[in-house]
Amino acid sequence: MKILLFGISKDIVGASSLLINDGKKTPTTVKELKQFISNKYPEFNTLSSLAIAVNSNYADDTTLLQEEDEIAIIPPVSGG
Amino acid sequence: MKIDIQIVNDIDTTKVYQQLSHPESGGICVFIGSVRNTTQNKKVEALDFETYEKMAIKEMQVIAEEAIRKWKLNKVILHHAHGKKEVEDPVVMVGASSAHRDACFEACRYLIDTLKERVPIWKKEFFTNKTVWVSAHP
Repeated sequence: MKILLFGISKDIVGASSLLINDGKKTPTTVKELKQFISNKYPEFNTLSSLAIAVNSNYADDTTLLQEEDEIAIIPPVSGG
Repeated sequence: MKIDIQIVNDIDTTKVYQQLSHPESGGICVFIGSVRNTTQNKKVEALDFETYEKMAIKEMQVIAEEAIRKWKLNKVILHHAHGKKEVEDPVVMVGASSAHRDACFEACRYLIDTLKERVPIWKKEFFTNKTVWVSAHP
């Protein structure tokens, strides 16, 4: 499972994407993915908000994740 | 084209009237956001914008369609720049055209406020000796 990273999430992870390869622990929902990244990179817990996009739409915690989905971490936005 | 959405290297402010002009519109409102040289009393040297372009275009389209429905607009534009921008460079331009002025004033405000809340674009401030992602921390 590949996760796209932008803005501060790219700095936290130190790369522009994150690969989750472990089949047993691969998150199956947005909620599990958020828990996974918070555990692995505690700095995410210090952000003012954290959203996940699935196939370029904002997803809620119950959204199911498939291997082929385009998944992105959306840290607090600040356009304009 | 009723809706004009673009993520661009540089915002072109010179054609906005042509882009929004419409025979049924008696009012056109435009908001242009630009790089300011200070924030919270600190000197800003530049801003760098990163976009998740595919999703940004999709969200901007949703915002434009909402505004058209709500205020019966004839035309809408949402343009945002990406990359590093210097002080006084325009970085965002939104505009609405409608039969009467109230609708386009309100719509224009909605377009920029909602873009800032929802569109996946990130801004990094460059100060003299450090850089900060805006809004990242409470």
